[in-house]
Amino acid sequence: MDDLYREVIIEHYKNPAFRGRLNPKDISFEDSNPLCGDHIVIDLKVDENNKVADARFDGHGCAISQASADLLLESIIGKSIDEVKALNKQTILDLLGIDLGPVRLKCALLSLKVLKAGVYGLGEASDELVE
Amino acid sequence: MTFDVNRIRQDFPILNREVRPGVKLVYLDTTATSQKPEVVIEAMNTFYRHSNANIHRGVHTLAEEATGMYEQARIKIAKFINAGSPHQVIYTRNTTESINLVAYTWARANLKPGDLIILTEMEHHSNLVPWHILAAERGVRLEFIPVLDDGLLDLEAYRLLLKQSPKLVSFTHMSNVLGTITPAAEIIKLAHEAGAITVLDAAQSVPHTKVDVQALDVDFMAFSAHKMCGPTGIGVLYGKTKLLEDMPPFLGGGDMIKEVKLRSFRPNTVPSKFEAGTPAIAESVGFGAAVDYLSSIGMDEIAGHEHEIIEYALERLEEVPGLKIFGPPASQKGGVASFTFDGIHPHDVAQILDRDGVAVRAGHHCAQPLHEKFGISATTRASFYLYSTKEEVDTLINGLYNVKKVFG
Repeated sequence: MDDLYREVIIEHYKNPAFRGRLNPKDISFEDSNPLCGDHIVIDLKVDENNKVADARFDGHGCAISQASADLLLESIIGKSIDEVKALNKQTILDLLGIDLGPVRLKCALLSLKVLKAGVYGLGEASDELVE
Repeated sequence: MTFDVNRIRQDFPILNREVRPGVKLVYLDTTATSQKPEVVIEAMNTFYRHSNANIHRGVHTLAEEATGMYEQARIKIAKFINAGSPHQVIYTRNTTESINLVAYTWARANLKPGDLIILTEMEHHSNLVPWHILAAERGVRLEFIPVLDDGLLDLEAYRLLLKQSPKLVSFTHMSNVLGTITPAAEIIKLAHEAGAITVLDAAQSVPHTKVDVQALDVDFMAFSAHKMCGPTGIGVLYGKTKLLEDMPPFLGGGDMIKEVKLRSFRPNTVPSKFEAGTPAIAESVGFGAAVDYLSSIGMDEIAGHEHEIIEYALERLEEVPGLKIFGPPASQKGGVASFTFDGIHPHDVAQILDRDGVAVRAGHHCAQPLHEKFGISATTRASFYLYSTKEEVDTLINGLYNVKKVFG
């Protein structure tokens, strides 16, 4: 049994705590992974201290992409926008607790790319955001 | 000689490999690229160890040998597809480059704004995007032969499109997703009657069945070595002589010229006119060896074996609850089975199958519009070749039940 489908990942995939949309919201961004058609939209509410008050994601994709989105949002509640900007590839790998090859890494990093493009107010989510 | 799959498997060293200790490779991803037999690997190895030199113009022994081998392979490939002359076989990098060659040379020299190109809804991106680029640049129009629910082309709709006097009809001989074998001879005949030139994307057909360019009467045909037991990095554009001679050159550089002045050049004759720069020489030798290998087994025998495997695979896959197969029945398709499985994402299916050593592909297989047509973003695809066995199909089926367990 490899680690890729650890119980925690399957659990977050099947029963995501942060799936849904926010209305109203302060930041919203969405993007797709052209390799597999995975799609993620992330909404954020930011409080007066510039901290993440609430977050939700929606979309579709493989267990890795959806579970990492749920884990990621869980981890940023209460964090400042600057802290969110500092997140990187390693953050996601630590959250998932697994190592990923180059192909699946793209699935895992989609939510972080979307989140960072959103907080930076960019037009497009690029790979450089998560290096 | 009877077809003995176990004997054939011994020709492919990689098929003995374990993916990880105790887990044998079950390679079901031939549609992406085929595995290579020892004779192909050895032919390229020998070339580099014994005959390596650049081709043409060199007058030393090695250059003569290398040039001879490069041209010998062209002769073998021409014979394999029954081309009238080896000069009609142009080496390219792959099918994609072959189609682009037609789009950048023939199409740009012959098409005007408003001219119609007919494609189909089941094309690989390589037979869509070159025409998108041309449409944006030249204002040509694109129309598409629809794909019916059963994965076959709507030929009635095609007949209606032909009334608009298309200049070009470019289509796949076998869908890399649905496995659908298209009625190429009929499509080409109708296109010619309407006055159109034809391009056949034969990337998935030439490796698996006998394809005769003269019987098909096709104007251009594209295919790649790596899907037919040969190396990556080399493919072919076949063309009718008159068309090739009238076309402007493609890339400029060495080898494609007769004469160069400071401010002008005269292009070489066909096929050199289209082969600028140092080509994939060792790969051409490997390509020739691959064609020899397939011929020694027999294309009819290979097609027969694959038919038996896909028939069995479809039968077994249909038993799996929650599994939906796309494409026509075995009688109308090649060795490709694309499916969705119980709402589980194809990436997850493929990843869990990998635990059992089963290599399948997951995604849109470079045919995004076709997936959209069927209202899905991705499928899992198992594909078969001369070295595939029924036992491998069984391993796939068992693996699918394991997938279900993980997501249960």
